[in-house]
Amino acid sequence: MIPELGQFALILALLLAIAQGILPIVGAWRGNAALMAVARPAAAGQAVFVTAAMAILIWAFLSFDFSVAFVADNSNLALPWYYRVTAVWGAHEGSMLLWVFILNVWTVALAALSRHLPQPFVARVLGVLGLLGVGFLAFIVFTSNPFMRELPMPADGGDLNPVLQDPGMTFHPPVLYMGYVGFSVAFAFSIAALLGGELEQAWVRWARPWTNVAWAFLTGGIVAGSWWAYAELGWGGWWFWDPVENASFMPWLVGVALIHAQAITEKRGSLPAWTILLSLFAFSLSLLGTFLVRSGVLTSVHAFASDPRRGLYILGFLIVVIGGSLLLYAIRAPKVAGGKAFAVVSRETAIMIANLLFATSAAMVLLGTLFPLIGDALNIGKVSVGPPYFGFLFVLLMAPVVLLLPFGPYLRWGRADGKSLATVAARAGIAAVICAVAAWYFADGKLRAVAGVAGAAWVAVGTLSYVAKRWREMPRGRRFPAEMAGMLFAHFGVAVFLMGVMLSESLSVERDTRLAPGQTETIGGYAFRFDGVQETTGPNWRGDQGIVTVMQNGETVHVMHPQKRIYTRGQVQTESSIDAGIFRDLYVALGEPMDAANVEGPWALRVYYKPFIRWIWLGGLLMTLGGFVTAGERRFRAKRVAASETPTEPAPAVGKATVA
Amino acid sequence: MSRLLPLLAFLLLASLFGFGIWWNTQHDQHEIVSPLINQPAPDFQLPVLGDDARKVGKASLLGKPYLLNIFGSWCIECVHEHPMLMTDAKTLGIALVGYNYKDEPDAANAWIAEHGNPFDVIVADRDGRQALDFGVYGAPETFLIDAKGFIRYKHVGPLTPDVMTTELKPAVEALAKESP
Amino acid sequence: MRRLLALLVFALAIGACFAQAIQPLPFRDRAEEVRFQKLSAELRCPMCQNETLADSNAPIAHDLRRQIFDLMQAGKSDEEIKSYLVQRYSDFVLYQPPVKPGTWLLWFGPGVVLLAGAVVVALQVRRRSRNATNNNVATTADNEDDW
Repeated sequence: MIPELGQFALILALLLAIAQGILPIVGAWRGNAALMAVARPAAAGQAVFVTAAMAILIWAFLSFDFSVAFVADNSNLALPWYYRVTAVWGAHEGSMLLWVFILNVWTVALAALSRHLPQPFVARVLGVLGLLGVGFLAFIVFTSNPFMRELPMPADGGDLNPVLQDPGMTFHPPVLYMGYVGFSVAFAFSIAALLGGELEQAWVRWARPWTNVAWAFLTGGIVAGSWWAYAELGWGGWWFWDPVENASFMPWLVGVALIHAQAITEKRGSLPAWTILLSLFAFSLSLLGTFLVRSGVLTSVHAFASDPRRGLYILGFLIVVIGGSLLLYAIRAPKVAGGKAFAVVSRETAIMIANLLFATSAAMVLLGTLFPLIGDALNIGKVSVGPPYFGFLFVLLMAPVVLLLPFGPYLRWGRADGKSLATVAARAGIAAVICAVAAWYFADGKLRAVAGVAGAAWVAVGTLSYVAKRWREMPRGRRFPAEMAGMLFAHFGVAVFLMGVMLSESLSVERDTRLAPGQTETIGGYAFRFDGVQETTGPNWRGDQGIVTVMQNGETVHVMHPQKRIYTRGQVQTESSIDAGIFRDLYVALGEPMDAANVEGPWALRVYYKPFIRWIWLGGLLMTLGGFVTAGERRFRAKRVAASETPTEPAPAVGKATVA
Repeated sequence: MSRLLPLLAFLLLASLFGFGIWWNTQHDQHEIVSPLINQPAPDFQLPVLGDDARKVGKASLLGKPYLLNIFGSWCIECVHEHPMLMTDAKTLGIALVGYNYKDEPDAANAWIAEHGNPFDVIVADRDGRQALDFGVYGAPETFLIDAKGFIRYKHVGPLTPDVMTTELKPAVEALAKESP
Repeated sequence: MRRLLALLVFALAIGACFAQAIQPLPFRDRAEEVRFQKLSAELRCPMCQNETLADSNAPIAHDLRRQIFDLMQAGKSDEEIKSYLVQRYSDFVLYQPPVKPGTWLLWFGPGVVLLAGAVVVALQVRRRSRNATNNNVATTADNEDDW
C-alpha cells in the first residue's frame, strides 16, 4: 500500500508541476497577478509530494520491502542501513527521483529568497522550473517508476553494486546533482529574461549567487566522484575521461565561463547575449550529461541499464528544452551590443579570452565524448577516444589560462594599468623560475613535474601578491569583499590543483609485484613488507585481508590492510588500503594468490607511491569554497530598488583611479 | 543569422543522438568489427581436445568451408548458444570445428558430454595465445572460414535463431554460390 | 527475461571489470616497466570496454598484457606493438585515434572552433576599444569595493 502512495505522490507532484509550469507564465504574459501568485504555492506543493515520494522510497529500503522491484534489485537483508539509504540513488529510477527532489530543493529555495524581485520575473523563473519538473516527473512516472511492484515478492533482494558501497557514494551523487540541477536556476533566469524582454541586466546580478552556488556544488561533486574513483575503483587514478566523467565536466567548464561572463555583464553591461547563451549551455550540458548515460547511446563505466523507449523520451525532452530555449534565444536575444567601451588591455578582454578557452575546451570534450558515435555515423569503424586525446588537447587549451591567471585581479575593468601588470608578471615569473630550478633538482629533471611546480608558483605568487596588496592598501573590513575573496580562493585552488596533478602524474611509482610472506618491495623510499593474508568478514561480505607493513628507514610507518571481498551475491570487490598524507599517498591493493591452492604462499600485490595526490582534491575544494564565498557577496542581495538601477556603479573619473 | 547558430548546432547534435538510438537497436554496442574479415585466417595448428598428439590446423582444413566456434566450459553464454549448434548449425552443410578456448581438457570434455557434441573436430587452445591472432576477446565467438582459408564472417556473442537466419545462413549460401 | 539479462550483464561486469588487474611481470628494469605501464594505459580493453588494458581485469586483458610484454621482450617498438593489436582488434583498441581523414574532425575540430572564436573575440575587442578614448573608458578604481 505504502509504495502506491509514493507513486500517487509522484502523480500529484506532476499535476502541481504542470500548474506551476503553465499558470504563472501565462499570468506574467497577461499581467494577471492571481495567476502569477500560483507559482509559489504550486512549487511548495510539488516539493511536499516529491519529498513524500522520496521518503517513501527510503522507507521501502529501510523496511526491506522487496515487493518493490527497485528495492529488490538494489538491496538485500544483509546490506547495512546506511547503504540501504544511499541505494536510493544507486540505480536509474531512484537517481531520477533524487534529481527531481533536488530540483525541488532549488525551487523552494528560490521561491523563498526571491521576495525582493519583480513578480512577473519570479513567476516566469518558477514557471520554467515547473516545466522542467514536468519533464522529469513524467519521465519517472511513465518510463522509470521506482515504485513498480514485483510479484510474487522475492524472499531476499539482489545487491547494491559493491563499488557503490562506499562512503564516497554517500555524498557524490547528491552533491553532483545539486550542481547539475543548480544550473537550472541560471537557465530559468535567462529564459525569464528572454521572455520578459528586459533589456536591463539586473537579472544577471540576481542570477550570480545562484550560479556560483551551483558551480560550487558541481565542483564539490566532481571532487567527491574523483576521490571515490581513486579510493574505491582501485586503479589509483583520479580521472579517466570516461563519458560519465566528461558529462559532469562539460557543464563545469561552461560554468567557469559563465560565472566570469556574468561578472562582465553585471558590472559593465557587455556580452549580455553571450551570458544568456552560456546559461542555456550550462544547463543543457547538465541535461545532456544526466541523460547521456541513461539513453544507452554511449558505453560508459556506469551506464544505466537502458531501453530504447527511455532513449526516445530523453531525445524528445532534450529537443523541447534545449531546442526550445535556443529558438527563444535566436528570436529574442538582445541584438545591441551594449555596455561600456573597454581598451584592448582590460579585464574584459582577459575574461573574453578565458571564456573562449573554456568554451572551446567544453566543445572539445563534447566532440571527443560523442566522436565514437560520429564514427559510427560516418562509417569509419569503431573509434575510441580516450585519455591521450583529452589530456593532450586539454593541457594545450588550459596553458594560456594558467598564464593569464595571476593578472586576473590586477586587470582593471575598462583599461588595465600596465605597470601593475608588469610588476606582478615579474614577481610571479621570478617565483616560477626559482621553483622550477628547485623542482628540476628534486624531481631529477622530470619535465612535467618542473612545469607543474613552475605553473603552480606562477599562479600562487600572482594571487598572493594581490592578497598582500589589498591587505596593505585597504582599511580593515574592506579588504576582501566576498566576491573577491571567493575569486582568490578559487584561483589559489588552481595553483594547488596544478601542483597535485603534475607532481602525482610525473612522480608516481606503480608496481605489480609477487610477494611471499616476509618479502619486501621497495618503491619511493618506502619498503612494503607482506606479512600474509588472513580471513575477515563484514556485515554483508567475507574476504581475504592482506597485511602489509610499510617501513621507511627501518621504522614502521603504517600497517596496511588491503582486502578482497566477496559480497553476499557473489560479486568480488577489491578494497585498496590507502595511507594518506599531505605529501604522499601509499596505496596497496591485493590481487590473487599466485597459486590458488597455496594461500600461504606468494600473492600478487600492487603498490603505489603517489606524491602530492591529495593536492588535486584540496585544489578542487578551494575552488568549491571560492564558489560559495563569492555567492555570499552582499551586493547580490541588494534590494530590488537598488538592483534595478543602472547595473554598474557610477564610474569615477580615470584620473582618480589609484595606481596599484 | 549568428543567433541561429547555437540552435543549428544543437539540431545537428540531436540528429546524431537520434541516429545513435537507432544504431544501437541495430548493432551490439560492444561488438568490435573484426579487421580480419575477408583476410586470410591466421595460420594455426592446435592439438585436438583430449588427444595432444593429433594436430589440426588451417592447412589440414583447407578445401572446404567450415564454421569455427570459440567456446569454453567456463562460459555461461556458451550454454545458451549450444542448442543452436546442436540443431540449426548442423543443417548449414559445412563442417563445425570447435575451438576450446582457455579451458582445462577434463572440464571441456565433461561439458561436451553434458551438453552434446555438434563438432566434427575440437581443437584446444589452452593458454589462449593462438586465439589472439583471430582477434578473439571472449566466448562465444563464431568464424566462418571459406575453402581458401579466408575469414568471411564473424559473430561475437551467442548465435541466436535470428543471427542464424539473417546473417550466418546467407553468408554460407553466398559461399556455396561462388564455389560451384 | 530482460531483467534477468540485465542482472546477468551486471554480474559479469562486476566479476571481471570492477576488480583490479594485478599481474606481476618480470621486467628487466624500471625503464621497461614504465614503458609497459604507459603503453598499456593508452590501449583499450576489448572486453571491459571502458577500461584501459592496464586497468582491465578481463581474461583477454591479462592475455594481451602478457603478449605486449613478450613483444617488448622481443624488441618490438611501441608502434609495432600497436599495429600488432590493430591488425587483430582494429583501431578500437587505440585510445589515441590515429590522425587520418576520418578523424580530422576530431583532431582539428577544436582548433577550428578556437580560431573562429578568436576571430570573434578579436573583432569584438577591436570594435569596443576603438570607441574607447581616455574619457569614456570608465575604469573602476581597483581599490573600490566593486573592483
